[in-house]
Amino acid sequence: MTTVETATGAAKTMVLNMGPQHPSTHGVLRILLELDGENVVKAIPDLGYLHTGIEKSCEDKTYSQAITLTDRIDYLNPLGNNLVYCLAVEKLLGLEVPKRAQYIRVLLVELQRISSHLVWLGTHAIDLGAMSVFLYCFREREEILKIFEFVAGQRMMTSYIRIGGLALEPPTGWIQRVEKFLKMMPERIDEYESLLTGNRIWMGRTQGIGYISAEDAVALSMTGPTLRAAGIAYDNRKLFPYSSYEEFDFDVPTRTDSDCFGRYMIRVAEMRESLKIVRQAIAKIPAEGPIRTDAPGIVPPGREKMKTEMEALIYHFKIFTEGFSPPPGEVFVTVESPRGELGAFVASDGSPKPLRVHFRSPSYINLQALPKLILGQLISDVIACIGTIDIVLGEVDR
Amino acid sequence: MTENTSQVSNVVVEVLRSWSTNAIEEVIEFRGETTLVVPRKVLRAIAARCREDDALQFNLLTDATCVDRFPMEPRFELNYHLVSIPKVKKVRLRVRLSGDDPVVDSLVPVWPGANWLEREIFDLFGIQFTGHPDLRRILLPDDWEGYPLRKDYPVEGYRDIPAIATRYTRGRP
Repeated sequence: MTTVETATGAAKTMVLNMGPQHPSTHGVLRILLELDGENVVKAIPDLGYLHTGIEKSCEDKTYSQAITLTDRIDYLNPLGNNLVYCLAVEKLLGLEVPKRAQYIRVLLVELQRISSHLVWLGTHAIDLGAMSVFLYCFREREEILKIFEFVAGQRMMTSYIRIGGLALEPPTGWIQRVEKFLKMMPERIDEYESLLTGNRIWMGRTQGIGYISAEDAVALSMTGPTLRAAGIAYDNRKLFPYSSYEEFDFDVPTRTDSDCFGRYMIRVAEMRESLKIVRQAIAKIPAEGPIRTDAPGIVPPGREKMKTEMEALIYHFKIFTEGFSPPPGEVFVTVESPRGELGAFVASDGSPKPLRVHFRSPSYINLQALPKLILGQLISDVIACIGTIDIVLGEVDR
Repeated sequence: MTENTSQVSNVVVEVLRSWSTNAIEEVIEFRGETTLVVPRKVLRAIAARCREDDALQFNLLTDATCVDRFPMEPRFELNYHLVSIPKVKKVRLRVRLSGDDPVVDSLVPVWPGANWLEREIFDLFGIQFTGHPDLRRILLPDDWEGYPLRKDYPVEGYRDIPAIATRYTRGRP
């Protein structure tokens, strides 16, 4: 802690180092705060503490191997990361994915959105002093993770979405588990709202805090709930549909207050919309049908085929040793992650390893607006503002 | 190589060509995505045009990234991904930069959101952005040497090459 003289020399400001090991920074984020009393005069975020060079590592792996790295970018949205990467490689290859796999992808990604919003809601509430919401949110998140474990064999780092479809056929009875969750969830969301929405302390801590105008939000490249709370209905699922989202009926909630409270309301509304999508997906998913596209040399053949057909065995060997070579070119695919627009840029030079993989991570770009959000606010509201943009530091630093 | 079609009926190309005949060097269509290769000198003017023109309104700079095609020259390809929210359109602007002069105009005056995107490219590729308000490393420590996402930077870093490793760790093991 140091005191520094400002340019005028009249008022004294203090520079306070917040983080990197601060419980409310949701990871390791350091912010240098210049304070005038309790008001923030200037904020400089300092990041990179979790930089692991995922983009560089991808260049040294085959296209299929890189999927396991994508899980680890945003640990609250691994399926969404799998999806965006696979969509990009599929676009590069010109692959068409069977409808059944597309619907299962949509269902899982929407469940993932709910679980991510639950973590956000719980941690945001605990940051602002509402302890019990956290416990309720994690109770329901656990149910979602159990579904993932049942379907993919993994709770978090699923790597379930693969190039050309899915890793394996979901086990029998998984739909019933999702239905059970669907039956339970709406009243649980009401429960969170009964704890927070009309709560005077919650409203006092969030209303009018962290305001950003729509023009500023777009200029700073913000996306996701933060942009929608500013009144701009920008949602990739509607504007640039992928994985058959155009066949689903759902609303994109928007508000105009653009403060922490508005973003909270948006995310709660999005959870309800996600439940709607999941319900439709269950009705759409055919009971039988392929979960992987038939593309020899790219998509691994089934076990039965491998034991009976020579070619299948050769392809299997080649896919897992050499990999496959997409045509040279670049694609940029975007999906709507819980945090905003998640993009994957994949460049191929015609070899079995990608020339360049880049992830447009919404946390990183939304975090850029933090100094703007907290300018002039009280130091206690800095916590609310960090929470409200919903950053995952793993995704910020990659 | 990518399919090159110069006669693309694309409103972006038309608007930019009508504004300046040599605004676009090349139009690349690949898998339904349009890439406009623009000369380095006019990048900022074209970007401003894309943002301000009523027929285009590319108000969101969603992403900027770089590709290193070492040892080819010009080795660096900067890609800017623009989205027009009102027109529901996407386009990619591309600038090619040579290895011995990786300098380009910053787009922060056009889209303030370019700030951290360009800092990241500077940090990992060593591209210089003139006119950038705060061009510092962002993900790596300030005293890091080298630019890790360049192709001539080993995936494992320099630790396996003792002679270079001592240079990069300043004598520390």
